[in-house]
Amino acid sequence: MHKIDKILIGIAFSPNLKPNIFEAVRLANMFDAELVGVHVGEKTNQKITDLNALLNEADNLKRGFKAIWQDGKPVDVILQTCTNENIDLLILGALQQENLLKYYVGSIARKITRKSPCSVLLLIKPSVKRFKFKHIVVSGLKEDRTEETIKTAFLVAKKLDCKKITIVEEIKQEELHVTVNDDKSLRRANIAKERITTREDRRVKNILKDIDCANLTVKMQSIFGKRGYSIGHYAKVKRADLLVMNAPIKSGLIDRIFPHDIEYILSELPTDVLIVR
Amino acid sequence: MKKKSTFKTFVSEIPKNLFAGFVVSLIALPLGLGLALASGAPPISGLIAAIVGGIVVSLLGGSNVTITGPGNGLVVVILAAITTLGNGDMQQGFLYTLAAIVISGILLIILGFLKMGSLGDFFPSSAIQGMLAAIGIGILAKQIHVMLGNTDANGSIIDLLLQVPEGIINLLNTNNASMFYAGLVGIVSLLIMIFYSKIRNRYFQLIPAPMWIVVLSVGLYYYFDIFSTTEYPIDQSLLINLPDDILSNFAFPDFGKIYEMTFLNAVIGITLISSIESLLSIKAVDKLDPLKRRSNVNKDIRALGLATVISGFLGGLNVVTVIARSSVNVNNNGSNKSANFFHALFLVAFILLFATELRKIPLPALAAILVYTGYKLASPENIKKVFKVGKEQLIIFLITLLTTIATSLITGILVGILATFIIHIIINKNAKLFFKNILKPNVLMFKEDGKYYVSVKNFSSFLNYTKLKSKLNQIPETEEAIIDFSMCDFVDHSVMENMNNYAQTFTRKGGHFEVIGLDDSKSISSHPFALRKILPKKANSFVKVLTKRQKSIEKISKEMHWKYDAFSAQEVEELPTFGYFKTREINKISNVLSNEDCSIFDVQFSEGELIAKQVIKATMLHIHPKNEIPDFTLDQEGIFEYILHFAGYKDIDIDAHPDFSRRFYLSGKNEEKIRTFFTDELILFFESNKQYHIEASKNGLLIIGNERFASVKEMKALAYFGIALQKII
Repeated sequence: MHKIDKILIGIAFSPNLKPNIFEAVRLANMFDAELVGVHVGEKTNQKITDLNALLNEADNLKRGFKAIWQDGKPVDVILQTCTNENIDLLILGALQQENLLKYYVGSIARKITRKSPCSVLLLIKPSVKRFKFKHIVVSGLKEDRTEETIKTAFLVAKKLDCKKITIVEEIKQEELHVTVNDDKSLRRANIAKERITTREDRRVKNILKDIDCANLTVKMQSIFGKRGYSIGHYAKVKRADLLVMNAPIKSGLIDRIFPHDIEYILSELPTDVLIVR
Repeated sequence: MKKKSTFKTFVSEIPKNLFAGFVVSLIALPLGLGLALASGAPPISGLIAAIVGGIVVSLLGGSNVTITGPGNGLVVVILAAITTLGNGDMQQGFLYTLAAIVISGILLIILGFLKMGSLGDFFPSSAIQGMLAAIGIGILAKQIHVMLGNTDANGSIIDLLLQVPEGIINLLNTNNASMFYAGLVGIVSLLIMIFYSKIRNRYFQLIPAPMWIVVLSVGLYYYFDIFSTTEYPIDQSLLINLPDDILSNFAFPDFGKIYEMTFLNAVIGITLISSIESLLSIKAVDKLDPLKRRSNVNKDIRALGLATVISGFLGGLNVVTVIARSSVNVNNNGSNKSANFFHALFLVAFILLFATELRKIPLPALAAILVYTGYKLASPENIKKVFKVGKEQLIIFLITLLTTIATSLITGILVGILATFIIHIIINKNAKLFFKNILKPNVLMFKEDGKYYVSVKNFSSFLNYTKLKSKLNQIPETEEAIIDFSMCDFVDHSVMENMNNYAQTFTRKGGHFEVIGLDDSKSISSHPFALRKILPKKANSFVKVLTKRQKSIEKISKEMHWKYDAFSAQEVEELPTFGYFKTREINKISNVLSNEDCSIFDVQFSEGELIAKQVIKATMLHIHPKNEIPDFTLDQEGIFEYILHFAGYKDIDIDAHPDFSRRFYLSGKNEEKIRTFFTDELILFFESNKQYHIEASKNGLLIIGNERFASVKEMKALAYFGIALQKII
């Protein structure tokens, strides 16, 4: 994802619509992108007036707004629109657990996230007023698409005027090849950890070579925990504003029963999440 | 850690381990005989277990100062196995049980290879306490009759307990001289056990109490034999029975019932109890180890399994790690594995040299030793301790205890686990918290600024403790670790107890282990191990109990002569005037530590509003200045988060100190005043100390570390930073 040219937002006439629209408009302007809104359902005059009122209230769009009204199943319609319109980024809102400061992705949004052909941005707290992104956490997993993901994170940081990026390398327990039993194996495990940390740092630095890091504070952090889940935990502990991750390779039924990577994040969003495809 | 010539030290330490092994064998001898008798097995089987265990585990085990042999906990299980498998025929039942012991040994080896040494962590600690107490009562109920000279008492544990008064009356009224004298020996032996620790005579204490009982009762026999004209009054049937030729008369296991359900039950029971007992003992003995080594639990379990298999084939009981004998070993300066080995060798020597004398030991004398052990396991003091932790722990304890007594050990512990879980749900009024999060990997660990930071989410209880434990075990005990529970809604007693154990180990080895994030939680009782629940909404009025962190802060406040108020309702009035709090709303201030000019406090504030609201907790230092200070902010260069409020002001570089200018981001309205304020001395101070975010206004200085609560150590550092800074200003 080298450029974000077209942003899609699903429009549901819920109390959250206003902050959602405001957020989307703001992002579209920051990326200098075109905003497309899709509503699954009937096109009524009331809805059109409501929507226009909101758009008038929000900042002026630099590149205009395109509304699509279509009947059908929400998942299919949105995915279809993504393909048809050549969308680069899809914005979805998350739900909040009652009484708790915990966010999750509803079942429809979850399906869309899994199948989406483009990158997805999940917002946990869209707001009417501007909320500055200050800290982006990006996953530095050892995977083919990581380079792309990290580049995207830097692109986003640049566009959103965010000054701090932390690249997190999740280290799996199994990679240590040592189980800590006693003092001796503990020492071995720590040496192995150091070695892996250095190796991972070197790998990430290699990727960073080609990226312009000026004006940015870049930090590398190794964490130990379950892959995919711990990075969310880390983002929450560090109170990051955006978490950038790779899209899952595939996500079948088994992955949902034994959740991995992205599924953990979807069931409990630590912060706004950008899934790069 | 340095590597010494291990072999050389090992050899040089042999003499003192030889002695320790000797003292341990003095206890192991009567205990081995007694435990075997109490299990309904031939007495020699206990000694076989001790000997095989001592040799095999010392050669192959992963621990250092533990002693292995037959265990207390198994008495009840083995007795039950022998009775049910033998259908009344104790001899045949014993042979079947030997087979069960062999199989359980194999299971233990498998558990060891699968690295399931942590199996014991799945049991809530109050349930384990209840189970141990039930075992104690089981031993006591049976052995008290034997101690009173009656070997025929039978029935369930409850029946046996009810028969105790009757037994005492019988003993007083009996005209059976053998029984009367036997009972007398038993009661005197019990008195020796009870008062042994009260007599502080060096020479008397050289020999452990159980050995005194053996020596005295054997002496009694020889008194009658040699000096007295009357016959030895205690009948042969009440004396210990050892086979004539000890070396050739091994019992061999009978695998005939291997496919039956009762056999399977016995195997599971034996494996469960032996692994729990061993794990608890290994953990406890590690805390006693003078050299502070960490045992390899899985390796030890494998060795114990192998020892159990061998012991079973030779007609011995199963081998576990035993806490009482291990502590005697440590107390007598045992320092390496050889003590365990020597203890086995001494036992062999005892059997070969003193077989005749051993046959003169009356059963009631041994039973007295066991009555005392049983009492220790189930003593009212233990119950009091559990009650102090909380009412709900007592309920769990009693449920486990009563079910175990009424049914069997396995049912008992299962019911205990279930009861604990249900009580946790009731306390939280929320079952979803557990069901939704139980499988989630809730622990995050990373290393930052040389410190290990571990954050735990959702809930932390016996159900998911292994996840936390496996992370904590990877931290060297010489380092600094911070465990943050602030994202946890519920922390249970088992976890709190374990955290305390970790803290102790870290302190012992020179590291630092601190639990944070519990100050806002509601505690069930004032006990440090009491479970804690974080209140979801604004704090209701609840009885506030200081957490360990708060207590440590209190202690520091005394050391430094500062004032401390844990639940201060007082607002720091100047706080909202700082730029940092312009956009942040202060909710609560607590743990205020202050002297005249400085105050350190925990502050809880929120950022954003409504759905964007985020609650942040942090520890800050506020200094009232004596002189006027210009407005400025000082930050580590590169941390942009704070500077938003002063947007528009440029970084003020001080030309004379390029290094300072490079490292710090200094900004403010009145550049000239700031330049004069930053004297060389002040700059040097900032350069040579830890970097904090500092904000100054006419109301003083606000110093902020991380955006989380500080550990006590960090608080102290912050305080000293403040004092030093104030001096300069």
